[in-house]
Amino acid sequence: MDLENQKRVKALTEEHGAENIIVVLGAAEDELTGLAAETVTIGDPTYAGCLTGVELGLAVYHAVEPKFKEATDIAVYDEHIGMMEMILDVDAIVKEITSIREENSKYNK
Amino acid sequence: MAKAVIKDASYSLFHTPEMLIHLGVTQVNERLVNPDSEYLNNIESYLRDFEQVVNYLPNQVYIGNLHPRELVEKERPFVNLTNIGQRFGKLGEIMPEKELLLYVMICDVFELVMLEESFLTSAISEYAKHPLKTDQEIEKVQGKGSKIEKIKESLKNGSEPLYYEGQLIGCVKKAHDIDVNLNAHVMTENLVVKATGALTMKHLLSKNAVKAEEIGYVIECSEEACGDMNQRGGGNFAKAIAEMCGAKNAGGCDIRAFCAAPTHSLIHAATLVESGVYDNVVVVAGGATAKLGMNGKDHAKKGYKLLEDVLGGFAVLISKNDGISPVIRTDVVGTHKVGTASSPQAVTKSLVEQPLKEAGLKISEVDKFSVEMQNPDITSIAGAGDVPLANYKMIAALAVMNKEIERSDINNFALKHGMVGWAPTQGHIPSGIPYCGFAIEDMTTDTGINRAMIIGKGSLFLGRMTNVFDGISVMIERNSGVEETSSVSKEEINKLIANSLKQFANSLLSE
Repeated sequence: MDLENQKRVKALTEEHGAENIIVVLGAAEDELTGLAAETVTIGDPTYAGCLTGVELGLAVYHAVEPKFKEATDIAVYDEHIGMMEMILDVDAIVKEITSIREENSKYNK
Repeated sequence: MAKAVIKDASYSLFHTPEMLIHLGVTQVNERLVNPDSEYLNNIESYLRDFEQVVNYLPNQVYIGNLHPRELVEKERPFVNLTNIGQRFGKLGEIMPEKELLLYVMICDVFELVMLEESFLTSAISEYAKHPLKTDQEIEKVQGKGSKIEKIKESLKNGSEPLYYEGQLIGCVKKAHDIDVNLNAHVMTENLVVKATGALTMKHLLSKNAVKAEEIGYVIECSEEACGDMNQRGGGNFAKAIAEMCGAKNAGGCDIRAFCAAPTHSLIHAATLVESGVYDNVVVVAGGATAKLGMNGKDHAKKGYKLLEDVLGGFAVLISKNDGISPVIRTDVVGTHKVGTASSPQAVTKSLVEQPLKEAGLKISEVDKFSVEMQNPDITSIAGAGDVPLANYKMIAALAVMNKEIERSDINNFALKHGMVGWAPTQGHIPSGIPYCGFAIEDMTTDTGINRAMIIGKGSLFLGRMTNVFDGISVMIERNSGVEETSSVSKEEINKLIANSLKQFANSLLSE
């Protein structure tokens, strides 16, 4: 995950409390999704950013997950995400993020 | 209005393994935060030699020795394939680091670059064999070598060291005592942009589509900025590069728009030619040392060599219509507007669907889309997937939504209207522009390719000024074969006057 984004996630968590934060990812690949999800739960696996060794345990979802989709206005979803949903490997992304969330998120699973 | 065409193009690469280690941002940052890392300690073992870089298939495509279509059937990753390449190609060359270091010194007009005596002599003897070298270039640096002790002394004063094959062989001095915009690191980055841009433009001129003195304007569109503490991005790489190439009648400026800058510049250049301000405009860019080895840690972790070991350069000549070369359709331009959302769907609609719809064309009527043509080896190994393919699938998905194709045809659409990426991940270098050289070939021969769309995208948030996205696109088309003569005919002038009088009369009536 981008180093600046790591800083912002950390700062927002400190300001609002981990239980009040949900991270929504938009990565196009399951591998990148996994890396970002790990970063906001058990710490930066690349040891590059400020979340290295920091276990925020945040709730983390992906924009193409059914659970996220159900919580949105379907017209808005179709306008902005429908096209990507059509071409991404949704199953692989959902599998990756679900396993990381269930194992490592401490809140809002 | 007269039309503008893509008259010629050149593309070069510069193999720079030492710059990767010492100037690539990933490595520079690693040295700061994790100086004893396994990656840094073993980095030399992950580097490719010059021969491997020349033989690498995507690099041979970049310099024009192979057409991108030849990558389609190849197994991936390309890095595992055996191939024999050539240093020089139809569109440019792959230059070794020693000659580039010399050319950086040749480009330096403020005596900032020091090269060690024996290295300089050896580099001159290599560059002296180059087909595009000039006597003035050699004379400028002959006998100007420095003692290694002087170079080491200069390093204590904040100079940026230069290495070749693991040895210290020179440095770039800072250009000001306290100005961070003129410090040695920035000066090195900027001199490399100038040198790689100038060498690429020399290749363009060597193809004789235009004489240097016939160039009216040069636009430089890389991603660095030159200037001092009072004007950080003041410029002007364009004129600095034009000067190196003997384009003495050229004006010029730099256009900056992150990775989208080449497409912005192409459109600017076309409009300058269409309007008759200049007959010949060159869009040129040098390479980015900062991006060398950007995904290096991932490549090494997966057991691959560091594939981001080349700088890229390109130069494209935009001229008035010759009746042969591909026409730039400035009436079919897609603009990501300030009010357009930043989702990939909104971006793709604004850059592809909207301009084509306005022109009365279907998405599938464009034969080739030139998107971010990044070599998929580099991004796939790093876990970021195949960038051009992802773009093609997005365009295909729009075609599905517009009921032009079935959902099951997405992959076929991507194959037919797309290309396999071949450009290094140098930001602006892979962005839309790599196809221009092949477009000239494809649209002047019997290929069935009549229309292509050049698409550039830029991530403006990186500059921390706005979260608005950026993108721009333009269609290019096979020439109908009619050369422009006088810009407007007598009949057209009469028609224009008649229309104006009619409008004036109408406005009087309505008052």
